[in-house]
Amino acid sequence: MARYAMVIDLELCLGCAACVTACQVKNELGPRRSRARVAEVASRKGARLHLNFYSERCNHCADAPCVRNCPTGASHYAEAGLVSINRSRCTGCQACIAACPYSARYISAEGYADKCDFCGGREPACVANCPSSAMYFGDLDSPASEVARLLKTRKSRVPRPESGTRPHVFYLTSRKQERA
Amino acid sequence: MMYRRTFLEIGGAAAAAAAVGCGRKPSTGTRTVKTYCEMCFWKCGVLATVRDGDVVGLAGNPDHPLSRGRLCARGFGGIAALHDPDRLKTPLIRQGARGEERFQTASWSAALDHSAEALDRVRRERGPEAVAGIIHGQTAPHLHHLLHAFGTPNIAEPAYAECRGPRDAGFQLTFGIPVGSPECTDIANARVLVLLGYHLGENMHNTQAQDFAAALSKGAKVIVVDPRFSTAASKSDWYLPIRPGTDIALLLAWIHILLAENLYDREYVDRYAIGLKELRESVAEATPQWAAGVADVFEDDIISSAHAMAAAKPAALVHPGRHAGWYGDDVQRSRAIAILNALLGSWGRNGGFLPPVSPTVPKYPLPPIRESSKPSVDGTGTTYRFATMKRATGMVEGTESAKPYPVKAWIVGGSNPLQSIPNTAQTHRAINRLDFLMVVDILPAEIASYADVVLPECTYLERYDDLHVGAFREGFVALRQPAIEPMYDSKPGWWIARELGRRLGLSAWFPWANYEDYLGKRLEGFGVTIDEMKQRGVILAGGKSAEIPLDYNFETPSGKIELYSKQLADAGFDPIPRYTAHPQPGPGQFRLVFGRSPLHTFGRTQNNPALAGIQPENEVWINSRAAAERGIEPGSRVLLVNQDGASAGPARARVTERIRPDCVYMVHGFGHSARGMRFARGKGASDSDLVTRYAVDPIMGGTGKFVNFVRVEKV
Repeated sequence: MARYAMVIDLELCLGCAACVTACQVKNELGPRRSRARVAEVASRKGARLHLNFYSERCNHCADAPCVRNCPTGASHYAEAGLVSINRSRCTGCQACIAACPYSARYISAEGYADKCDFCGGREPACVANCPSSAMYFGDLDSPASEVARLLKTRKSRVPRPESGTRPHVFYLTSRKQERA
Repeated sequence: MMYRRTFLEIGGAAAAAAAVGCGRKPSTGTRTVKTYCEMCFWKCGVLATVRDGDVVGLAGNPDHPLSRGRLCARGFGGIAALHDPDRLKTPLIRQGARGEERFQTASWSAALDHSAEALDRVRRERGPEAVAGIIHGQTAPHLHHLLHAFGTPNIAEPAYAECRGPRDAGFQLTFGIPVGSPECTDIANARVLVLLGYHLGENMHNTQAQDFAAALSKGAKVIVVDPRFSTAASKSDWYLPIRPGTDIALLLAWIHILLAENLYDREYVDRYAIGLKELRESVAEATPQWAAGVADVFEDDIISSAHAMAAAKPAALVHPGRHAGWYGDDVQRSRAIAILNALLGSWGRNGGFLPPVSPTVPKYPLPPIRESSKPSVDGTGTTYRFATMKRATGMVEGTESAKPYPVKAWIVGGSNPLQSIPNTAQTHRAINRLDFLMVVDILPAEIASYADVVLPECTYLERYDDLHVGAFREGFVALRQPAIEPMYDSKPGWWIARELGRRLGLSAWFPWANYEDYLGKRLEGFGVTIDEMKQRGVILAGGKSAEIPLDYNFETPSGKIELYSKQLADAGFDPIPRYTAHPQPGPGQFRLVFGRSPLHTFGRTQNNPALAGIQPENEVWINSRAAAERGIEPGSRVLLVNQDGASAGPARARVTERIRPDCVYMVHGFGHSARGMRFARGKGASDSDLVTRYAVDPIMGGTGKFVNFVRVEKV
């Protein structure tokens, strides 16, 4: 069974936000919306400063609070672990928005809950466009896939692992920062 | 940059307006138009998706060597630029006082007649030289042609003296060829990349960002010299938080180490360069210990980074940067960078600099233009002997001083001199001397407020422009073509120039019936039809860059790389760069430095609904300790006041350890005041308002802007 995942290399991400506007344009969301965002996190390790950019979106969690908490079943699992929204069943009650630990959802202009859908499981616009080629998309269950290979060979982290959601967006950590 | 952990602003007037437009009609099919981008100056290849007469999609053209299938964040903002509700929609003729922003809408014929009459009056009374042009972007070639045919030598782009001019002069003097745009650097294959104040990734030049990431993924070592811990610094192996104004000292120390330890590329220097002996003598005292004290960085870091460069040579690329107008000795700093590259043998080598290639596309055959016998008013060719283009700042200076002769009219296109040229008070005084000011632009920026006539240009998605004949590592010709018809009563720059030209008796230089006719004629000489070009969008031609041969002849007077510059010596300048101390901020002051965001271009995108949606304002970066001493907290509103009492802001403070305590930083282009720019107006602070002083580079007239000191006051 396929399981879609996104892998983002923190070593290469320049925080340029092309993912944010690529998403906006590809999904025709209008000029003030995107399903992606970039968070900038600076930290200090001894005398050294560290800076990472996290290109963020719906994590398509394996145990998704939005799916569990949706009263109408509008939020559901589609093929390959995609967390999807059946727009016609969504009442806009925002239970999913309250449940999501990642603030990945918003109410669309049309009144339904909306979020990243991994561009339906085709190569997402953000991944295809990333100027620094920091983003990968593929099937975690296919050992030959780039995402599976990268997660096997590089250290990675997921956002808020303590929430037990088992996200499917992984961040490859910077080896330079670990060595420092 | 603002990267809050929220998605874009949701709700608000703009979003509501967009939502109303979402009831889509059944589609009549889509088509793809191949063109090139104008969201910055890089000119990436774009695939525009057109549906029902509107542009609904943009993507990077995979066949274009500058985009390679990808666009930057701003590139996608092209759709929002097209749909910006604040666009200039019709010609305007001033009614109130200058700056009052009271205009009467006018027909094109009325506005053009009015403009032509005013320009002709200046020509009759004072000669064509009394008209100056300050122009930028792909609008510039049209207006440049008009002004040239009109007979004035006073045509300038703020892309030169204010930006990359000093750098190009430094490289031209050393290697006989400027760095060019796009830069002829081979970043992707560099094994060591040195960036001095060059914040790659933040100054988002698509191809360079791609190449930078490619170099990183191949394990390139990165050395970043910057008073601010930039995005690039976060990818670095050496970070040298340099005291601003001391770069030349560091560069000389690096040169000293390579020579003293015999780590330079001896074979390369023996073969290609002259002046090694003089260079050796000149840098004998420039020890790393000395430079460490001057530049306030660790001596060990200077030495170990020099060793890393030497180990990677010739694929050790000391990047020349782009915006080089810093302290007024910027040509000499660029010379020092060029000399360092020469010692590393990186010029003409993979992973260093590769001479660009480009195809030959003939010009449209036109009668010769009679050049003006008068010098330009900006001092190039007289005072600034090594300038290769005119100085936009100099046009303002010359207009204000009326020396060597009065300038009474300006044509401004695609540029906002009240932001792009320092000392706005001087610019205001210059404007007050004008009989006529014409502005061609897409949005009503500050300069338009002072115009007598405002002519609305359409966006790049609605127009033809001249061919982009690319000089790069791979030669190419790219076409700008309209995806849709111009919206409102806006017109393409080529049409505006032609119509004015015809009214000014210059029809002989504007014979084309339309721009396809012009482009078709040029392309004929290239062996391609306009229809084929429209279909292909970009054509690779002219070959690929290669390493230089053993008998390579540099285009310098000596035919060699000039470590020692006789040209400079003869003109009375230092033939080898020397460090001169610059004033440092006094107690309670910070040096103001500024730079770029990947979401904005100059001052031209702050009103873009998509890009303003992500980054609506700039922030004042201030060191944590310095902020604490002043009671400034993250997000505090602060006002900046410079040494002359000029102020900017308020803007939000970004309290961070990522900047030295002796300087503050902001992204350029914010703090708009024009009433017609609803999303940009009053957002953030304008660095331009604080750059009341600038240091002119004596060699080519560059405009050094990092010479102002500010106080930061909590409001």
